[in-house]
Amino acid sequence: MTDAIIRFDKVVKRFGDLTVLDELDFEVKKGEKVSIIGPSGSGKSTVLRILMTLEGIDGGVVHVDGEPLWHELREGSLLPASEAHLRRMRSKLGMVFQQFNLFPHMTVMRNITEAPVKVLGLGKKEAQLRAEELLDLVGLADQAKKFPHQLSGGQQQRVGIARALAMRPSILLFDEPTSALDPELVGEVLTVIGRLAEEHDLTMLLVTHEMRFAREISDRVCFFDRGQIREEGTPDELFTDPSEERTREFLKAILD
Amino acid sequence: MLFGFEWDLTNPLNFAISILPILLVGMWVTIQATVLGFFVALVLGLFLAVLKSARSRFIAWPARLVTEFIRDTPLLVQLFFLYYVLPEYGIVLPAFMTGALALGIQYSAYTSEVYRAGIEAVGRDQREAARALNLSAANTFTHIVVPQAVPRIVPAMGNYLVSIMKDVPVLSVVTVLEMLNVAKIIGDRTFDYLVPLSLVGCLYLVMTLVASAGVRVLDTYLPKQGLPLK
Repeated sequence: MTDAIIRFDKVVKRFGDLTVLDELDFEVKKGEKVSIIGPSGSGKSTVLRILMTLEGIDGGVVHVDGEPLWHELREGSLLPASEAHLRRMRSKLGMVFQQFNLFPHMTVMRNITEAPVKVLGLGKKEAQLRAEELLDLVGLADQAKKFPHQLSGGQQQRVGIARALAMRPSILLFDEPTSALDPELVGEVLTVIGRLAEEHDLTMLLVTHEMRFAREISDRVCFFDRGQIREEGTPDELFTDPSEERTREFLKAILD
Repeated sequence: MLFGFEWDLTNPLNFAISILPILLVGMWVTIQATVLGFFVALVLGLFLAVLKSARSRFIAWPARLVTEFIRDTPLLVQLFFLYYVLPEYGIVLPAFMTGALALGIQYSAYTSEVYRAGIEAVGRDQREAARALNLSAANTFTHIVVPQAVPRIVPAMGNYLVSIMKDVPVLSVVTVLEMLNVAKIIGDRTFDYLVPLSLVGCLYLVMTLVASAGVRVLDTYLPKQGLPLK
Protein backbone atom coordinates (compact mmCIF):
# COMPACT_ATOMS: atom_id res chain seq x y z
CA MET A 1 0.00 0.00 0.00
CA THR A 2 2.89 2.34 0.61
CA ASP A 3 3.63 2.81 -3.08
CA ALA A 4 0.18 4.26 -3.78
CA ILE A 5 0.72 7.79 -5.06
CA ILE A 6 -3.02 8.43 -5.24
CA ARG A 7 -5.48 7.01 -2.74
CA PHE A 8 -9.19 7.78 -2.46
CA ASP A 9 -10.56 6.72 0.89
CA LYS A 10 -14.37 6.54 0.98
CA VAL A 11 -14.60 9.77 -0.97
CA VAL A 12 -18.03 11.31 -1.35
CA LYS A 13 -18.86 14.06 -3.83
CA ARG A 14 -22.30 15.55 -4.26
CA PHE A 15 -23.67 18.13 -6.64
CA GLY A 16 -26.88 19.19 -4.91
CA ASP A 17 -28.99 16.06 -4.51
CA LEU A 18 -26.87 14.11 -6.96
CA THR A 19 -24.20 11.87 -5.46
CA VAL A 20 -21.42 11.75 -8.02
CA LEU A 21 -18.90 9.78 -5.99
CA ASP A 22 -20.36 7.35 -3.49
CA GLU A 23 -17.74 6.38 -0.90
CA LEU A 24 -15.22 5.75 -3.61
CA ASP A 25 -12.10 3.73 -2.79
CA PHE A 26 -9.47 3.97 -5.46
CA GLU A 27 -5.70 3.66 -5.69
CA VAL A 28 -3.02 4.38 -8.23
CA LYS A 29 0.57 3.24 -7.81
CA LYS A 30 3.55 5.38 -8.59
CA GLY A 31 4.33 5.24 -12.29
CA GLU A 32 1.16 3.36 -13.07
CA LYS A 33 -0.89 4.21 -16.17
CA VAL A 34 -4.55 3.87 -15.31
CA SER A 35 -7.50 4.40 -17.64
CA ILE A 36 -10.92 5.23 -16.34
CA ILE A 37 -13.83 4.27 -18.56
CA GLY A 38 -17.55 4.33 -18.02
CA PRO A 39 -20.80 5.98 -19.06
CA SER A 40 -21.12 9.77 -18.91
CA GLY A 41 -22.16 11.04 -15.53
CA SER A 42 -20.47 8.15 -13.78
CA GLY A 43 -18.05 10.44 -11.97
CA LYS A 44 -14.95 9.72 -14.06
CA SER A 45 -14.01 13.33 -14.73
CA THR A 46 -14.90 14.30 -11.18
CA VAL A 47 -12.10 12.06 -9.93
CA LEU A 48 -9.61 14.03 -12.00
CA ARG A 49 -11.13 17.38 -11.08
CA ILE A 50 -10.92 16.56 -7.39
CA LEU A 51 -7.27 15.58 -7.80
CA MET A 52 -6.52 18.82 -9.66
CA THR A 53 -8.24 20.69 -6.79
CA LEU A 54 -10.82 22.13 -9.13
CA GLU A 55 -13.58 20.43 -7.16
CA GLY A 56 -13.79 19.90 -3.39
CA ILE A 57 -15.03 16.77 -1.67
CA ASP A 58 -17.94 16.20 0.69
CA GLY A 59 -16.62 13.20 2.59
CA GLY A 60 -13.67 10.85 2.95
CA VAL A 61 -10.02 11.64 2.36
CA VAL A 62 -7.92 11.87 -0.80
CA HIS A 63 -4.21 11.14 -0.40
CA VAL A 64 -1.62 12.24 -2.91
CA ASP A 65 1.96 11.21 -2.40
CA GLY A 66 1.18 10.13 1.15
CA GLU A 67 -0.41 13.41 2.19
CA PRO A 68 -4.07 14.33 2.43
CA LEU A 69 -4.97 16.57 -0.52
CA TRP A 70 -8.07 18.34 0.70
CA HIS A 71 -7.12 18.25 4.37
CA GLU A 72 -4.25 19.30 6.55
CA LEU A 73 -3.04 17.59 9.69
CA ARG A 74 -2.94 20.22 12.37
CA GLU A 75 -2.66 19.45 16.06
CA GLY A 76 -3.58 15.85 15.41
CA SER A 77 -6.81 16.44 13.53
CA LEU A 78 -7.67 16.59 9.84
CA LEU A 79 -8.80 20.08 8.97
CA PRO A 80 -9.87 21.52 5.60
CA ALA A 81 -6.82 22.41 3.55
CA SER A 82 -5.59 25.98 3.32
CA GLU A 83 -4.87 27.57 -0.06
CA ALA A 84 -1.14 27.32 0.73
CA HIS A 85 -1.45 23.58 1.26
CA LEU A 86 -3.47 23.20 -1.95
CA ARG A 87 -0.84 25.16 -3.87
CA ARG A 88 1.91 22.90 -2.59
CA MET A 89 -0.06 19.74 -3.39
CA ARG A 90 -1.14 21.04 -6.80
CA SER A 91 2.48 21.28 -7.90
CA LYS A 92 2.61 17.48 -8.01
CA LEU A 93 -0.17 17.30 -10.57
CA GLY A 94 -0.79 18.42 -14.11
CA MET A 95 -3.94 18.30 -16.18
CA VAL A 96 -4.83 18.06 -19.84
CA PHE A 97 -8.35 19.33 -20.47
CA GLN A 98 -11.02 18.08 -22.83
CA GLN A 99 -11.41 21.55 -24.38
CA PHE A 100 -7.62 22.19 -24.23
CA ASN A 101 -8.19 25.38 -22.17
CA LEU A 102 -5.20 27.08 -23.77
CA PHE A 103 -4.80 30.79 -23.13
CA PRO A 104 -6.05 32.24 -26.44
CA HIS A 105 -4.19 35.55 -26.12
CA MET A 106 -0.80 33.92 -25.60
CA THR A 107 1.51 32.42 -28.16
CA VAL A 108 2.19 28.72 -27.91
CA MET A 109 5.55 29.56 -26.34
CA ARG A 110 3.99 31.87 -23.75
CA ASN A 111 1.29 29.32 -22.96
CA ILE A 112 4.01 26.87 -22.00
CA THR A 113 6.42 29.25 -20.26
CA GLU A 114 3.94 31.39 -18.31
CA ALA A 115 3.57 29.10 -15.30
CA PRO A 116 7.20 27.90 -15.12
CA VAL A 117 8.34 31.54 -15.05
CA LYS A 118 5.65 32.85 -12.70
CA VAL A 119 5.24 29.85 -10.42
CA LEU A 120 8.50 27.92 -10.50
CA GLY A 121 10.55 31.09 -10.81
CA LEU A 122 12.49 29.89 -13.86
CA GLY A 123 14.39 32.43 -15.94
CA LYS A 124 12.72 33.32 -19.21
CA LYS A 125 15.56 31.86 -21.28
CA GLU A 126 15.61 28.61 -19.38
CA ALA A 127 11.83 28.27 -19.53
CA GLN A 128 11.95 28.83 -23.29
CA LEU A 129 14.65 26.23 -23.77
CA ARG A 130 12.61 23.70 -21.87
CA ALA A 131 9.48 24.69 -23.78
CA GLU A 132 11.33 24.06 -27.04
CA GLU A 133 12.25 20.58 -25.87
CA LEU A 134 8.64 19.91 -24.91
CA LEU A 135 7.36 21.24 -28.23
CA ASP A 136 9.80 18.93 -29.92
CA LEU A 137 8.44 16.07 -27.85
CA VAL A 138 4.87 16.76 -28.98
CA GLY A 139 5.97 17.36 -32.57
CA LEU A 140 5.29 21.10 -32.72
CA ALA A 141 8.81 22.52 -32.69
CA ASP A 142 8.00 24.97 -35.50
CA GLN A 143 4.76 26.34 -34.02
CA ALA A 144 6.10 28.23 -30.98
CA LYS A 145 5.23 31.71 -32.28
CA LYS A 146 1.66 30.94 -33.30
CA PHE A 147 -1.47 31.65 -31.33
CA PRO A 148 -3.83 28.80 -30.39
CA HIS A 149 -6.52 29.82 -32.89
CA GLN A 150 -3.98 29.38 -35.69
CA LEU A 151 -3.59 25.69 -34.83
CA SER A 152 -5.77 22.66 -35.42
CA GLY A 153 -7.54 21.03 -32.50
CA GLY A 154 -5.03 18.21 -32.42
CA GLN A 155 -2.14 20.65 -32.35
CA GLN A 156 -3.83 22.67 -29.62
CA GLN A 157 -4.23 19.61 -27.46
CA ARG A 158 -0.57 18.73 -27.97
CA VAL A 159 0.31 22.22 -26.76
CA GLY A 160 -1.97 21.50 -23.78
CA ILE A 161 0.10 18.42 -23.03
CA ALA A 162 3.39 20.33 -23.35
CA ARG A 163 2.02 23.06 -21.08
CA ALA A 164 1.09 20.56 -18.39
CA LEU A 165 4.47 18.82 -18.66
CA ALA A 166 6.34 22.11 -18.33
CA MET A 167 5.40 22.22 -14.65
CA ARG A 168 7.14 18.87 -14.14
CA PRO A 169 4.26 17.11 -12.43
CA SER A 170 4.72 13.58 -11.15
CA ILE A 171 1.07 12.82 -11.92
CA LEU A 172 -0.55 13.75 -15.21
CA LEU A 173 -4.32 13.76 -15.54
CA PHE A 174 -6.00 13.48 -18.94
CA ASP A 175 -9.67 14.46 -18.99
CA GLU A 176 -11.07 13.00 -22.20
CA PRO A 177 -8.22 14.55 -24.17
CA THR A 178 -9.55 13.55 -27.59
CA SER A 179 -13.31 13.96 -27.10
CA ALA A 180 -13.41 17.46 -28.56
CA LEU A 181 -11.37 16.55 -31.62
CA ASP A 182 -12.39 15.75 -35.16
CA PRO A 183 -11.86 12.01 -35.73
CA GLU A 184 -8.92 12.51 -38.09
CA LEU A 185 -7.03 14.48 -35.42
CA VAL A 186 -7.42 11.97 -32.60
CA GLY A 187 -4.51 9.85 -33.73
CA GLU A 188 -1.79 12.49 -33.42
CA VAL A 189 -2.79 13.26 -29.82
CA LEU A 190 -2.98 9.61 -28.84
CA THR A 191 0.44 9.02 -30.36
CA VAL A 192 1.91 11.70 -28.11
CA ILE A 193 0.17 10.37 -25.00
CA GLY A 194 1.26 6.84 -25.89
CA ARG A 195 4.86 7.94 -26.26
CA LEU A 196 4.71 9.68 -22.88
CA ALA A 197 3.33 6.55 -21.29
CA GLU A 198 6.13 4.48 -22.75
CA GLU A 199 9.09 6.75 -22.17
CA HIS A 200 8.34 8.48 -18.88
CA ASP A 201 7.84 7.27 -15.36
CA LEU A 202 4.98 9.71 -14.94
CA THR A 203 1.92 8.42 -13.16
CA MET A 204 -0.88 8.80 -15.68
CA LEU A 205 -4.60 8.85 -15.08
CA LEU A 206 -6.66 8.92 -18.25
CA VAL A 207 -10.41 9.35 -18.60
CA THR A 208 -11.26 8.28 -22.11
CA HIS A 209 -13.73 6.81 -24.53
CA GLU A 210 -10.96 5.51 -26.78
CA MET A 211 -11.15 1.86 -25.73
CA ARG A 212 -8.50 0.55 -28.06
CA PHE A 213 -6.08 3.17 -26.87
CA ALA A 214 -6.89 2.55 -23.20
CA ARG A 215 -6.16 -1.08 -23.83
CA GLU A 216 -2.82 -0.37 -25.46
CA ILE A 217 -1.29 2.01 -22.96
CA SER A 218 -2.83 1.14 -19.59
CA ASP A 219 -1.46 -1.04 -16.85
CA ARG A 220 -4.94 -1.11 -15.38
CA VAL A 221 -8.43 -0.14 -16.49
CA CYS A 222 -11.20 0.90 -14.12
CA PHE A 223 -14.83 0.78 -15.09
CA PHE A 224 -16.78 3.50 -13.31
CA ASP A 225 -20.51 3.37 -12.86
CA ARG A 226 -22.70 5.51 -10.62
CA GLY A 227 -19.90 6.90 -8.52
CA GLN A 228 -18.22 3.61 -7.83
CA ILE A 229 -15.62 1.41 -9.45
CA ARG A 230 -17.76 -1.41 -10.73
CA GLU A 231 -14.85 -3.44 -12.03
CA GLU A 232 -11.11 -3.08 -12.52
CA GLY A 233 -8.30 -5.15 -13.89
CA THR A 234 -5.61 -5.38 -16.53
CA PRO A 235 -6.79 -4.26 -19.96
CA ASP A 236 -6.88 -7.87 -21.16
CA GLU A 237 -9.00 -9.01 -18.24
CA LEU A 238 -11.44 -6.16 -18.48
CA PHE A 239 -11.83 -6.00 -22.23
CA THR A 240 -11.84 -9.69 -23.11
CA ASP A 241 -13.50 -11.20 -20.11
CA PRO A 242 -15.37 -8.70 -17.95
CA SER A 243 -17.00 -10.35 -14.98
CA GLU A 244 -19.70 -7.77 -14.35
CA GLU A 245 -22.86 -7.56 -16.40
CA ARG A 246 -22.73 -3.71 -16.38
CA THR A 247 -19.20 -3.72 -17.79
CA ARG A 248 -20.21 -6.13 -20.54
CA GLU A 249 -23.20 -3.97 -21.47
CA PHE A 250 -21.11 -0.82 -21.54
CA LEU A 251 -18.32 -2.34 -23.61
CA LYS A 252 -20.79 -3.90 -26.01
CA ALA A 253 -22.58 -0.55 -26.46
CA ILE A 254 -19.39 1.43 -27.02
CA LEU A 255 -17.49 -1.05 -29.17
CA ASP A 256 -20.38 -1.71 -31.56
CA MET B 1 -15.48 90.36 -26.26
CA LEU B 2 -14.51 87.15 -24.54
CA PHE B 3 -11.07 85.57 -24.03
CA GLY B 4 -9.66 88.42 -26.09
CA PHE B 5 -11.79 87.69 -29.17
CA GLU B 6 -14.20 90.29 -30.54
CA TRP B 7 -17.45 89.24 -32.13
CA ASP B 8 -18.79 90.56 -35.40
CA LEU B 9 -22.55 91.01 -35.43
CA THR B 10 -22.88 92.28 -39.01
CA ASN B 11 -24.52 89.05 -40.18
CA PRO B 12 -25.02 85.52 -38.78
CA LEU B 13 -22.16 84.01 -40.80
CA ASN B 14 -19.65 86.62 -39.67
CA PHE B 15 -20.96 86.24 -36.14
CA ALA B 16 -20.48 82.49 -36.28
CA ILE B 17 -16.97 82.81 -37.65
CA SER B 18 -16.00 85.40 -35.09
CA ILE B 19 -17.19 83.42 -32.08
CA LEU B 20 -15.78 80.11 -33.27
CA PRO B 21 -12.36 80.69 -31.65
CA ILE B 22 -14.11 81.52 -28.37
CA LEU B 23 -16.17 78.37 -28.52
CA LEU B 24 -13.05 76.36 -29.33
CA VAL B 25 -11.53 77.59 -26.06
CA GLY B 26 -14.62 76.22 -24.31
CA MET B 27 -14.40 73.03 -26.33
CA TRP B 28 -10.86 72.51 -25.15
CA VAL B 29 -12.12 72.71 -21.56
CA THR B 30 -14.87 70.22 -22.44
CA ILE B 31 -12.31 67.82 -23.87
CA GLN B 32 -10.09 68.15 -20.81
CA ALA B 33 -13.01 67.53 -18.46
CA THR B 34 -14.04 64.52 -20.54
CA VAL B 35 -10.59 63.00 -20.53
CA LEU B 36 -10.01 63.58 -16.83
CA GLY B 37 -13.50 62.40 -15.90
CA PHE B 38 -13.10 59.29 -18.05
CA PHE B 39 -9.73 58.55 -16.49
CA VAL B 40 -11.19 58.81 -12.98
CA ALA B 41 -14.13 56.61 -14.05
CA LEU B 42 -11.76 53.98 -15.47
CA VAL B 43 -9.53 53.83 -12.40
CA LEU B 44 -12.21 54.14 -9.73
CA GLY B 45 -14.48 51.75 -11.65
CA LEU B 46 -11.80 49.08 -11.75
CA PHE B 47 -11.24 49.57 -8.05
CA LEU B 48 -14.97 49.15 -7.36
CA ALA B 49 -15.20 46.14 -9.65
CA VAL B 50 -12.39 44.37 -7.84
CA LEU B 51 -13.97 45.15 -4.46
CA LYS B 52 -17.38 43.96 -5.65
CA SER B 53 -15.98 40.64 -6.78
CA ALA B 54 -14.15 40.13 -3.48
CA ARG B 55 -14.95 36.86 -1.76
CA SER B 56 -15.46 38.55 1.60
CA ARG B 57 -18.98 39.86 2.07
CA PHE B 58 -17.67 42.67 4.23
CA ILE B 59 -15.82 44.08 1.26
CA ALA B 60 -18.21 43.19 -1.56
CA TRP B 61 -21.36 44.47 0.07
CA PRO B 62 -20.23 48.01 0.92
CA ALA B 63 -18.77 48.28 -2.58
CA ARG B 64 -22.09 47.23 -4.09
CA LEU B 65 -23.92 49.67 -1.86
CA VAL B 66 -21.64 52.54 -2.90
CA THR B 67 -22.08 51.68 -6.58
CA GLU B 68 -25.85 51.58 -6.21
CA PHE B 69 -25.86 54.87 -4.33
CA ILE B 70 -23.73 56.62 -6.93
CA ARG B 71 -25.79 55.25 -9.79
CA ASP B 72 -29.15 56.14 -8.29
CA THR B 73 -28.45 59.75 -7.33
CA PRO B 74 -28.31 62.56 -9.92
CA LEU B 75 -24.98 63.81 -11.19
CA LEU B 76 -26.04 67.35 -10.33
CA VAL B 77 -26.66 66.46 -6.70
CA GLN B 78 -23.25 64.81 -6.46
CA LEU B 79 -21.65 67.80 -8.14
CA PHE B 80 -23.28 70.28 -5.75
CA PHE B 81 -22.29 68.10 -2.85
CA LEU B 82 -18.63 68.07 -3.87
CA TYR B 83 -18.62 71.76 -4.76
CA TYR B 84 -20.44 73.18 -1.75
CA VAL B 85 -19.96 70.60 1.02
CA LEU B 86 -16.30 69.57 0.66
CA PRO B 87 -14.98 73.13 1.24
CA GLU B 88 -16.79 73.13 4.61
CA TYR B 89 -14.39 70.35 5.57
CA GLY B 90 -11.39 72.18 4.30
CA ILE B 91 -11.15 70.45 0.93
CA VAL B 92 -11.19 73.20 -1.66
CA LEU B 93 -10.72 72.13 -5.26
CA PRO B 94 -10.92 74.31 -8.36
CA ALA B 95 -14.35 74.15 -10.03
CA PHE B 96 -12.90 72.28 -13.01
CA MET B 97 -11.33 69.61 -10.79
CA THR B 98 -14.49 69.22 -8.75
CA GLY B 99 -16.52 68.85 -11.93
CA ALA B 100 -14.25 66.28 -13.53
CA LEU B 101 -14.13 64.36 -10.26
CA ALA B 102 -17.94 64.33 -10.03
CA LEU B 103 -18.17 63.03 -13.60
CA GLY B 104 -15.59 60.38 -12.86
CA ILE B 105 -17.31 59.24 -9.68
CA GLN B 106 -20.73 59.09 -11.34
CA TYR B 107 -19.43 57.08 -14.25
CA SER B 108 -17.27 54.80 -12.13
CA ALA B 109 -20.51 53.13 -11.06
CA TYR B 110 -21.22 52.28 -14.69
CA THR B 111 -17.68 51.35 -15.68
CA SER B 112 -17.40 49.05 -12.66
CA GLU B 113 -20.31 47.06 -14.09
CA VAL B 114 -18.63 46.94 -17.49
CA TYR B 115 -15.45 45.64 -15.90
CA ARG B 116 -17.40 43.08 -13.94
CA ALA B 117 -19.23 41.80 -17.00
CA GLY B 118 -15.98 41.69 -18.96
CA ILE B 119 -14.18 39.83 -16.20
CA GLU B 120 -17.03 37.36 -15.79
CA ALA B 121 -17.10 36.72 -19.52
CA VAL B 122 -13.63 35.20 -19.34
CA GLY B 123 -14.61 31.57 -19.09
CA ARG B 124 -14.32 29.20 -16.19
CA ASP B 125 -12.09 27.01 -18.37
CA GLN B 126 -9.45 29.76 -18.31
CA ARG B 127 -9.52 30.05 -14.53
CA GLU B 128 -9.34 26.29 -14.17
CA ALA B 129 -6.36 26.07 -16.48
CA ALA B 130 -4.65 28.80 -14.47
CA ARG B 131 -5.43 26.98 -11.25
CA ALA B 132 -4.15 23.68 -12.60
CA LEU B 133 -0.91 25.46 -13.48
CA ASN B 134 -0.75 26.85 -9.95
CA LEU B 135 -0.76 30.48 -11.11
CA SER B 136 -1.50 32.84 -8.22
CA ALA B 137 -4.77 34.75 -8.07
CA ALA B 138 -2.96 38.00 -8.86
CA ASN B 139 -1.18 36.46 -11.84
CA THR B 140 -4.35 34.90 -13.13
CA PHE B 141 -6.06 38.27 -12.94
CA THR B 142 -3.35 40.35 -14.58
CA HIS B 143 -2.11 37.89 -17.21
CA ILE B 144 -5.09 35.68 -17.98
CA VAL B 145 -8.28 37.57 -17.15
CA VAL B 146 -7.49 41.21 -17.90
CA PRO B 147 -5.91 40.74 -21.36
CA GLN B 148 -8.93 38.70 -22.44
CA ALA B 149 -11.44 41.07 -20.84
CA VAL B 150 -10.10 44.22 -22.52
CA PRO B 151 -11.48 43.62 -26.04
CA ARG B 152 -14.89 42.83 -24.53
CA ILE B 153 -14.82 46.00 -22.44
CA VAL B 154 -13.71 48.52 -25.07
CA PRO B 155 -17.03 49.04 -26.94
CA ALA B 156 -19.04 49.63 -23.77
CA MET B 157 -16.37 51.93 -22.35
CA GLY B 158 -16.45 53.87 -25.61
CA ASN B 159 -20.16 54.50 -25.14
CA TYR B 160 -19.50 55.87 -21.68
CA LEU B 161 -16.74 58.11 -23.01
CA VAL B 162 -19.29 59.71 -25.33
CA SER B 163 -21.83 59.94 -22.49
CA ILE B 164 -19.34 61.70 -20.24
CA MET B 165 -18.59 64.13 -23.03
CA LYS B 166 -22.29 64.94 -23.31
CA ASP B 167 -22.61 65.40 -19.55
CA VAL B 168 -19.82 67.98 -19.30
CA PRO B 169 -22.25 70.93 -19.75
CA VAL B 170 -23.62 70.06 -16.30
CA LEU B 171 -20.37 71.49 -14.94
CA SER B 172 -21.44 74.93 -16.12
CA VAL B 173 -23.62 75.22 -12.99
CA VAL B 174 -20.47 75.32 -10.88
CA THR B 175 -18.95 78.04 -13.10
CA VAL B 176 -16.75 75.82 -15.29
CA LEU B 177 -16.30 77.60 -18.61
CA GLU B 178 -16.93 74.62 -20.84
CA MET B 179 -18.38 75.04 -24.32
CA LEU B 180 -22.06 75.41 -23.43
CA ASN B 181 -21.33 77.91 -20.69
CA VAL B 182 -19.23 79.96 -23.09
CA ALA B 183 -22.03 79.90 -25.67
CA LYS B 184 -24.52 81.03 -23.04
CA ILE B 185 -22.31 83.94 -22.03
CA ILE B 186 -22.02 84.99 -25.66
CA GLY B 187 -25.80 84.80 -25.96
CA ASP B 188 -26.29 86.82 -22.78
CA ARG B 189 -24.07 89.57 -24.09
CA THR B 190 -25.20 89.71 -27.73
CA PHE B 191 -28.86 88.67 -27.27
CA ASP B 192 -28.27 86.17 -30.05
CA TYR B 193 -28.51 82.63 -28.68
CA LEU B 194 -29.34 80.89 -31.95
CA VAL B 195 -25.92 81.06 -33.54
CA PRO B 196 -23.72 80.13 -30.53
CA LEU B 197 -26.03 77.33 -29.39
CA SER B 198 -26.28 75.91 -32.93
CA LEU B 199 -22.52 76.01 -33.17
CA VAL B 200 -22.23 74.17 -29.84
CA GLY B 201 -24.51 71.47 -31.21
CA CYS B 202 -22.41 71.12 -34.35
CA LEU B 203 -19.13 71.05 -32.46
CA TYR B 204 -20.55 68.45 -30.10
CA LEU B 205 -21.58 66.36 -33.05
CA VAL B 206 -18.05 66.54 -34.42
CA MET B 207 -16.54 65.57 -31.05
CA THR B 208 -18.84 62.63 -30.44
CA LEU B 209 -18.47 61.35 -34.00
CA VAL B 210 -14.69 61.51 -33.75
CA ALA B 211 -14.72 59.78 -30.33
CA SER B 212 -17.06 57.04 -31.58
CA ALA B 213 -14.94 56.52 -34.69
CA GLY B 214 -11.84 56.26 -32.50
CA VAL B 215 -13.45 53.63 -30.33
CA ARG B 216 -14.60 51.71 -33.40
CA VAL B 217 -11.11 51.73 -34.86
CA LEU B 218 -9.67 50.55 -31.55
CA ASP B 219 -12.29 47.82 -31.41
CA THR B 220 -11.47 46.64 -34.93
CA TYR B 221 -7.77 46.45 -34.30
CA LEU B 222 -7.91 44.73 -30.90
CA PRO B 223 -7.54 40.96 -31.32
CA LYS B 224 -10.80 39.35 -30.22
CA GLN B 225 -8.97 36.68 -28.24
CA GLY B 226 -7.30 39.27 -26.02
CA LEU B 227 -4.28 41.53 -25.77
CA PRO B 228 -1.51 39.37 -27.19
CA LEU B 229 1.22 38.15 -24.86
CA LYS B 230 4.26 36.77 -26.63
